[in-house]
Amino acid sequence: MSAHAANIDHAHDEDHGHHHHEPTFIEKYIFSTDHKMISKQYLITGLIMGIIGIAMSLLFRLQLAWPDHNFTVYEVLLGDWGKDGVMDPNIYLALVTIHGTIMVFFVLTAGLSGTFSNLLIPLQIGARDMASGFLNMVSYWLFFVSSVIMVLSLFVESGPAAAGWTIYPPLSALPDSIPASGMGMTLWLVSMAIFIASSLLGSLNYIVTVINLRTKGMSMTRLPLTIWAFFVTAIIGVVSFPVLLSAALMLIMDRSFGTSFFLSDIYIGGEVLHNSGGSPVLFEHLFWFLGHPEVYIVLLPALGITSEIISTNARKPIFGYRAMVASILAIAFLSTIVWGHHMFISGMNPFLGSVFTFTTLLIAIPSAVKAFNYITTLWKGNLQFNPAMLFSIGLVSTFISGGLTGIILGDSTLDINVHDTYFVVAHFHLVMGISALYGLFAGVYHWFPKMFEGKMMNKNLGYVHFWVTVIGAYGIFFPMHFIGMAGLPRRYYTNTAFPYFDDLADVNVAITIFAFITASAQLVFLYNFVSSIFYGKVGEKNPWKSNTLEWTTEHKHIHGNWAGAIPHVHRWPYDYSKLNKDESDYVIPGQDFVPQHIPLQENEEEMHH
Amino acid sequence: MTGLLALIVVILFVVTLWQMSKIFKLSQLKNKNVNSETAQVANDKDNRVNGKLFVMFMVFLYGITIYCFWNYSKFYLPEASSEHGTDYDYLMFISLALIMFVQVITQALLHYFAYKYQGKKGNRALFYADNDKLEFIWTIIPVIVLAGLIIYGLFTWSDIMNFEEEEDAIVVELYAKRFVWEARYAGEDRTLGNANVRFIEGANTVGIDASDSDAMDDVVTTELHLPVGRQVIFKLRSQDVLHSAYMPHFRAQMNVVPGMITQFSFTPSVTTEEIRETEYMQDKMYNIKEIRKEKNKQSIAAGDGPLDAYDEFDYYLLCNKICGASHYNMQMKIVVETQEEYDAWMAEQKTFAQTIAEATQE
Repeated sequence: MSAHAANIDHAHDEDHGHHHHEPTFIEKYIFSTDHKMISKQYLITGLIMGIIGIAMSLLFRLQLAWPDHNFTVYEVLLGDWGKDGVMDPNIYLALVTIHGTIMVFFVLTAGLSGTFSNLLIPLQIGARDMASGFLNMVSYWLFFVSSVIMVLSLFVESGPAAAGWTIYPPLSALPDSIPASGMGMTLWLVSMAIFIASSLLGSLNYIVTVINLRTKGMSMTRLPLTIWAFFVTAIIGVVSFPVLLSAALMLIMDRSFGTSFFLSDIYIGGEVLHNSGGSPVLFEHLFWFLGHPEVYIVLLPALGITSEIISTNARKPIFGYRAMVASILAIAFLSTIVWGHHMFISGMNPFLGSVFTFTTLLIAIPSAVKAFNYITTLWKGNLQFNPAMLFSIGLVSTFISGGLTGIILGDSTLDINVHDTYFVVAHFHLVMGISALYGLFAGVYHWFPKMFEGKMMNKNLGYVHFWVTVIGAYGIFFPMHFIGMAGLPRRYYTNTAFPYFDDLADVNVAITIFAFITASAQLVFLYNFVSSIFYGKVGEKNPWKSNTLEWTTEHKHIHGNWAGAIPHVHRWPYDYSKLNKDESDYVIPGQDFVPQHIPLQENEEEMHH
Repeated sequence: MTGLLALIVVILFVVTLWQMSKIFKLSQLKNKNVNSETAQVANDKDNRVNGKLFVMFMVFLYGITIYCFWNYSKFYLPEASSEHGTDYDYLMFISLALIMFVQVITQALLHYFAYKYQGKKGNRALFYADNDKLEFIWTIIPVIVLAGLIIYGLFTWSDIMNFEEEEDAIVVELYAKRFVWEARYAGEDRTLGNANVRFIEGANTVGIDASDSDAMDDVVTTELHLPVGRQVIFKLRSQDVLHSAYMPHFRAQMNVVPGMITQFSFTPSVTTEEIRETEYMQDKMYNIKEIRKEKNKQSIAAGDGPLDAYDEFDYYLLCNKICGASHYNMQMKIVVETQEEYDAWMAEQKTFAQTIAEATQE
C-alpha cells in the first residue's frame, strides 16, 4: 500500500518539480517548507541554545568549586544576581533549572531529533519531502518562538524559573516560596506549552511520512536503523508529550485560577492558603509520565544515528539488525511504564515501587543487547576513524558506563540512599546527556556534507574535539559518582553548610576544571562548524561510501531531493563488505559496499533482507 | 585560586590554538599529495593514530577508575547505623561488584576492538550480519542476572517499607518547613495528636489540634534524639512545599509532601558516641579538621573571621528536595543515645500542654 501511495505522490511531485518558480529569500531561508532547510534551522537554533545551556553549567560549576570566592564574571553575566561577585542562591537554582530545561528539551530533543528526523527521514526513505511541509515549517517556528520565550524569561526582574527542571509544585506554584515562581515560571510554562505543540506537529509528520512515503521496495525491514529510531521516538513523543501539557495546564490553573490540583494544606508567608485536597504526587506522576520517555526521546535518535555510522565506518553490516529493531521497540514500550522509578521515595505506595523496579530493570535487557551488538559490529571490521565514528564509539562507551549505574538507581532499595544525590547527576549525564550529545556530534560530522551542499568539516579539528571531549566528560562525571555515594545532595548552592562535606571540596574543584576543559573543546567544534559552512572543502558525492539513499542525491539542494525519478530500493542498507557467491571479490568488484538502490547482482546470494 | 584557574584556562586555550595551527599545517601538507575531494575522510594514518589513541583512552578510563576507587572510596558513607542499613550495604556491594565487572569487560572489548580492527586500505571486513545463538546468549544472561537482582532487591525493599510495628516502637513526626526541621514525639500515649497547618498559631508552630486529647503529651523539639536499638516510626509532614528527609547514615530517605503524611521506619543500631570512636570516623574527622584549619587561615586572612567549630561528628538530617533559597542549609542534628540518656533528655522537654499553658500565661 505504501509503495502505491508513494508512487502516486512522486508522479504528482515530479509534475511540479520541473516548473517550480524560483523561491524568494524568505521562502528559501526563513519560512521554508523544505525539510533540508528546516533541519538546518533546527540544528542552528539547537546549537545556540546549547551554548547558553553549557555556559550556565560553567557558572554554577564555578560556584560549586569555589563557593567562598567572589568572581566578577557573576556580576558581568548575572547583574544584580551576582553583586560584588557573589552568586545569589536563587540564581544558582535558576541556573540549574534552565540548564536542565534547555539541554533536555531545546538541545537534545529539538536540536537532535528535530534536526536529523527532518534531514534524514525523507532522504533515507526516498521521499520528496515530509508528508506536510507546511506543518513542518509551523513546527519549527513554534520551536523558535518557545526558544525565544525561554531566553526572554532569563531577563525577568524576579528571575527565570528556579524550581528545578522538574518544576515540582508547590514550589513552582507559589511565588511566595521563591520569587522565580512568579513571572519566570509563567514564561517557562508558556514556552513549554508551545514547545509541546511544536514537538507534536513534528512527530505526527515524521510518523505519517515514514508510514506513507517510503519509496518502492523500502519495506519496514529495509529501513535504516536511523529511521526506525526517529519513527519510534516520534511515537513515544505523541504518546507522552500531551500528558506534560495537561500537567502544565493544571499547574497554570493552580497558579492563576485558584484550583487545587496539586496544592493542599499549605501555610506560607504567615498565612494558610485556601487550597485543599490536591497532591504534588499527582504532578510527579504526570511529569514523569513524559519525563521518563523523554529520556528515550533524547537517546533513541542518538542510538539510531550511531548504528548507521558505526556500520558504515566499520564497513560491516550492523550486527543483529532485527534484534536492534526489537530492542528499539522494547525500549520504547518499557519506557512508558517505568516513570515511577523517579518516585520511589515520593510517598507513593511501596507496592507500586516494586512494580516500577521490575519494569525498570527489564529495560537493561534490550539496552544490553544493543551494547553487545555494537561491540560485535566492530569485531573484525575495517574501522574508518572519521570523527563521526569516534563519537559513535564514544557513545557506546558512555552508554555502557552510564547505563550500568541505572541498575543501582532503578532498584528501589538502593535508590533510597542515592536518590537526588550527585550519583544521579553522574548517571543521567553520562547515559543520556553525554551519550545523546555524542550522537548529535556524530550526526553533524557525518551528515554535514548533506546539509551544506557537499562541504565537509575539518577532520583534524574533529579529532581534537573528540579526544578532549571524551577525556573531559569522564573527568567530570566519573568522580561525581563518588561524591554522590558520600551522600552529597544535588541542587545545593554550596556544601559548606555541612562541614562533614569539607573533604569533598577538592573533588568538586577537579570536576569544575574538567568542565572548563571540555567546554573549551566545544569552541573547536563551533569554529569548525562555522568555518566549514563557509570555507569547507567540497568532498565526494558519497564521502563515507555509504549505502543509504541520501548519498544518491546531488550536492546542490533542490526542492524534491532527486532531480529525476526517485530511486527504488532493492536491498537493506547494510550490505557492506558482502562477498559474491564464490567469495572471490565483493559483490560489486573492487567496491566494498552495495547501495540500497542497486538491484540484486548475478553473482550474489540473496539474503533474507 | 581564581588566578590559578584563569591561568589553567589560558594555558589550555593556548595549547588548543597551538595544536590547531599545527594540525592545519599538517593537513595542508597532506593535501598536496591527497586528492582534495577525499582530504577530510579518514585515511590509513588517521586510523592508525586514532586506533592507538583508543588504547590510550582505555588506559585513561581504567586509570581514572582505579584512581577514584583508590582515593575516593573513603568518601563512601560509614557502615550503616541502622539495622536495615546492613542489608542495604550488602545489596549495594553486590550491585557495584556486578556492574564494575561488566564495565571492565565491555569497555575493554570496545576499545580493544577499536584498536585491533583499525581500518587499512585493502583490509576486508567480515560480512557478519546475524547470529541467533549469540544474541540469545546475551539476552538470556542479563535476564537471569537481573532476575536475581530484582528478586533480592524487592525482598529487601519490602522488608524496609512494609515494616511490622514493634510494641515499643517510638512514633516521631518529622515536620518540615522552609528551612527548618522540627520533630514531634507522640508522648506516653504513643499516638500523635491531630494536626493541620490551619491550627498554626503562636507557640503552636507545627499546627497541633489543641482540642485533641491525644495531642496534649506530644513533645515538639528541634533536635532528633533516638534511643539505640528501638524501632522508630517516622511520620512526615510538610508545612509548605516538598522537602525530603534524608538521613544518609541510616540509609533512610522519604519525601515530605504537603497535604499528606508519608512514613518511613528504621532501628538505629550505632550511637553517636560509638560512631565517633570508629576508625572510619576518626580518620575522616582528622582529615576534615586539617582542611578546616587551612580554610580558617584563609578566612581570617580575608577578614571573614573564623569558621564555625567542627570538633565532633554528629548524625544529621538534611533536606534533599529543592525547597527554596536556603535549601542547602536545611538540617537537623540527630543524636542516637542509650535508653537512659534518651529518657533523661526527654524529661527536660516540654509537652504540648505545657507549651500552650506557658503561652497563654504570657
